[in-house]
Amino acid sequence: MEIVKPFCQYLAAMTLAPLLPGIVNRVKAFFAGRRGQPVLQLYFDLYKLLNKTPVYSRTATWVFRAGPVAGVSALVMALLLLPFAGRPSFLSFEGDFIFLIYLLGLARFATVLAALDTGSAFEGMGASREMQFAVFAEPAFFLGLAALVRVSGQTSLAGIFGALTPETWRQAAPVLALLTASFFIVLLAENSRVPADDPNTHLELTMIHEVMVLDHSGPDLAYILYGAALKLWLFAALIACMVLPRHSGSWAADAGLFLLVMAGVAAAVGIVESVMARLRLTKVPYMLITAFAFSALALIFQMGR
Amino acid sequence: MHTFAELMIVLIILLDMALAVTGSLSSCIRLVAAQGVVAGLLPLLAAGGATHTRALVFAAVIITLKGVVFPWLLLRARDRSGARKDVEPLISYPASILLCLGAFIASSWLGSRLPLPESGVAWTVPASLATIFTGFLLITTRSKAITQVLGYLVIENGIYIFGLALFVEQPMLVELAILLDVFVAVFVMGIAIFHISREFDHIDTAELSELNDWRRGEYGK
Repeated sequence: MEIVKPFCQYLAAMTLAPLLPGIVNRVKAFFAGRRGQPVLQLYFDLYKLLNKTPVYSRTATWVFRAGPVAGVSALVMALLLLPFAGRPSFLSFEGDFIFLIYLLGLARFATVLAALDTGSAFEGMGASREMQFAVFAEPAFFLGLAALVRVSGQTSLAGIFGALTPETWRQAAPVLALLTASFFIVLLAENSRVPADDPNTHLELTMIHEVMVLDHSGPDLAYILYGAALKLWLFAALIACMVLPRHSGSWAADAGLFLLVMAGVAAAVGIVESVMARLRLTKVPYMLITAFAFSALALIFQMGR
Repeated sequence: MHTFAELMIVLIILLDMALAVTGSLSSCIRLVAAQGVVAGLLPLLAAGGATHTRALVFAAVIITLKGVVFPWLLLRARDRSGARKDVEPLISYPASILLCLGAFIASSWLGSRLPLPESGVAWTVPASLATIFTGFLLITTRSKAITQVLGYLVIENGIYIFGLALFVEQPMLVELAILLDVFVAVFVMGIAIFHISREFDHIDTAELSELNDWRRGEYGK
């Protein structure tokens, strides 16, 4: 029984992840006065892409083919560590939050290597931007998780979010509020959402993430899209676990509420995308430095408590 | 109630950071006003439930003065001096943020060393010292005369919050005297800025340091 429920949660996360981009798109369409794509659009896209034959450039090597697979497997692995509605995750050990950060780094590294391997000037540009913003996003994320470790006194993700209760919010509300804001900014930047990057633009000069995957096709592109959905799920789940520290007895109620909050986070991303313009490329690090400042403040606050 | 007070403290520190990086004069004025209002609310929250009428009246006076009168005076001074242009800080965004963070870390260290009576709300002293530092930062890194007034106001906010650490309710007379001083200062500086700008056509302090005759023609335009 102890293994069945975490596994079910893991499967649920894996299958529901492509829903989030659908929700974001529907919210954006609502704000623009359109009907928008179906919520399940990403599933259709993934199905279509998986049935296609990939095309490879003659100059690309095995690194190009390995990139998407390595990226998506790192994220599939990372999802194993992720608690679902504050319940124990499938895989959990002391200090696994550092493992999570390195898995995310590995996924990014694989994507960047594959982009550089194509030899295209555009992809190199995207790769360089991706790494540049990661330099600012990762410290913010890392410090934020460190502050969470201090708040809960646990060093595994499942432990951290298991120990968060409404009582914690009552005592450490400023810290948790700062961390929520910081993680949301990191979510926007890491998933190339609007203030950092526009997922809809297909102009190579302004894109960050999209420009790196221009040359991938067929199943490779499907892996990349699925990996992006998993990453969005991962960050949204961290935020949802943080703002929803309620552990009622029933598993179904917890899971239902958790999924509702996940949809809420996706809707918030959609609202941010609808009401905000993209930041100038040189201003994106400023936004991430702000997130870093939030995380650092939260950590200082927690340390002096 | 104390959680609310701590949230307010966090808000004050965030406002410090926003002040350190913001480039537009009117948003600077609004941020200072917002900080004054938050600082004015703090004693009510820190007292925890039982508030006297005196404290309420006093908070109301502070909030009106800092949230309505000062911004109005400053915005008027801005319009009259024609200083509608932005006040980009002389140091970059990351440097300002890091300076603020460093100031907060240093002041929390300092706050832990100061022999102060135990107040109910955590982080009052570090927040106040960081606010005072931000005031100095504002004075030194902006070149418009009006931001120096703003920096002065931010320092006053910091001193006010620092007073909270000593007494939950401050002696009315002392605080009223400080308020009166600040009021007069803002008033006088507003007039001074107006005169400076009428004399020199601008209130850029960097330009004020060189009063050479040969640049006179440039100013006369």
